[in-house]
Amino acid sequence: MSVDTKTVARIAHLARLRLPEDKLEPMAGELNRVLSWVEQLSEVNTDNVPPLTSVVHARLRQRDDVVTDGDRRDDVLANAPDAQNGFFAVPKVIE
Amino acid sequence: MTSLTDLTIAEALAALDKGEFTARELTGAYIAEVEAGRSLNAFTTETPEQALAMADAADAARKAGEAGPLAGIPLAIKDLFCTKGVLTTASSHILDGFTPPYESTVTSNLWRDGAVMLGTVSLDEFAMGSSNETSYYGPVENPWRAGDGKSRVPGGSSGGSATAVAARLALGATGTDTGGSIRQPASFCGLAGIKPTYGRCSRWGIIAFASSLDQAGPLARTVEDAAILLGSMAGFDPRDSTSIDRPVPDYRKALTGDIRGLKIGIPAEYRMEGTPAEIIELWDRGIQWMKDAGAQIVDISLPHTQYALATYYVVAPAEASSNLARYDGVRYGLREPGNNLIEMYENTRGAGFGHEVQRRILIGTYVLSAGYYDAYYLKAQKVRTLIAQDFEQAFGRVDAILTPTAPSAAFVPGEKSDDPISMYLNDVFTVPASLAGIPGMSVPAGLSADGLPLGLQILGRPFEEETVLRVGQMVEKAARFDARPGAWWKEAA
Repeated sequence: MSVDTKTVARIAHLARLRLPEDKLEPMAGELNRVLSWVEQLSEVNTDNVPPLTSVVHARLRQRDDVVTDGDRRDDVLANAPDAQNGFFAVPKVIE
Repeated sequence: MTSLTDLTIAEALAALDKGEFTARELTGAYIAEVEAGRSLNAFTTETPEQALAMADAADAARKAGEAGPLAGIPLAIKDLFCTKGVLTTASSHILDGFTPPYESTVTSNLWRDGAVMLGTVSLDEFAMGSSNETSYYGPVENPWRAGDGKSRVPGGSSGGSATAVAARLALGATGTDTGGSIRQPASFCGLAGIKPTYGRCSRWGIIAFASSLDQAGPLARTVEDAAILLGSMAGFDPRDSTSIDRPVPDYRKALTGDIRGLKIGIPAEYRMEGTPAEIIELWDRGIQWMKDAGAQIVDISLPHTQYALATYYVVAPAEASSNLARYDGVRYGLREPGNNLIEMYENTRGAGFGHEVQRRILIGTYVLSAGYYDAYYLKAQKVRTLIAQDFEQAFGRVDAILTPTAPSAAFVPGEKSDDPISMYLNDVFTVPASLAGIPGMSVPAGLSADGLPLGLQILGRPFEEETVLRVGQMVEKAARFDARPGAWWKEAA
């Protein structure tokens, strides 16, 4: 499996990353180098091996369904690049 | 009289208790060292006023007989832990100006016990790297220099932490370890550094890189100091769903100096082709020290070791691509304008993330994307099961495992930055334990031919940090590592 510049542009868009045109080619080269290196995993027989989902053998805890936090609007907005009238502000989404 | 900054944490605590000096005096001495060491570029934000206020509080607590176990001990905090009211950057441009309104659990625990915050220290951007060269705030210098006089990297990603402690700019530091980011810089800077079992320290308030691997731990100048710090950092936290609810032992008490009868495993697969002779020799010396201390050496096999790095470089970028999706220019940090919302996201992330982070996000996005998930991500998670099983089986026969920490001493900046794979290979001995979630520690064991520190790694069963620390201290004792870097950065100033 080899990644071309079109694929890099597509993944970059999926990841919401602006990559300039002239970076697509070198990035494709780097990704291919890493991906062909991890290709070695195909040598390992993993028939009937379950994927590891957690390294600690513990059940996820449940807690009482009660409010433990809140009333922190100003804290939450304090770091926003643009906050207006108690909301996060973003470029217009709907026409 | 030795200078205040030459004491270990254990010595400083004893002297503070006896009233030989105050926490304010100790903190003042460290603040002066931090200023004199600015050319090392370890600190991102210095907090001297906060440090002195915390030191005064520690002095008052001690007077009132209420001193916590770390009262008055000045520490550096890896800039990946959210610190309330103090800029937290993850050494990334994308978190410009981010001042958390809350404190991470691990740092809260340290302040609860009386520790003093000197400031935040640099890392590889989002903890992705092994040399601290990818920080947006510039590379950090290792205080150690070889005979050639050239700069060396401090290792990474906890490079600022390691430099600060090794250069006597802090008594200890917090680090985080995802694939070796505490142990490898500890090895490169001649320090003791422990990554505890996954789930031992809370991840709450630590900026996430790869959530199934990230774990906090201390870097310190001695094994005993690392044990003291870990005792405060560790503990159950209901706010981290993977935190484990079990008591924190007194790690200092585990340092009995007695490892007679302990079975120490030596994994055949870690004798890799191409490993420098001096690393193998160091390892062989370590094995002899264990024998001399009465431990039993057992040859073991960890057959899937060679696949650990490739597994890691699928799993970690996949998790990173998901974790880093939150940096979108809306809620915190940098925003680059765009004609619409999507363009704003893309411009912000394109400008805010450095090259290494972008590459990992792209790899992660690719291996998780439709059509490739099974071939890469699921496959890697299956191999990860085999790697974890290797350790489980080995720990049926041995109590601890001894290996080198890194395949080399600290390297020259730029030496590995052009080739991602050669940089990744640095973590060859540390990554397997991360994938299995088991505790691992690096302890200084000797110097390379050109005078740079080298570490040995001790691995243990889950939640048996006590055994790891006990064995680690025996390595430390046998190695009699007392070399320290010359303070060349002061002469230059």
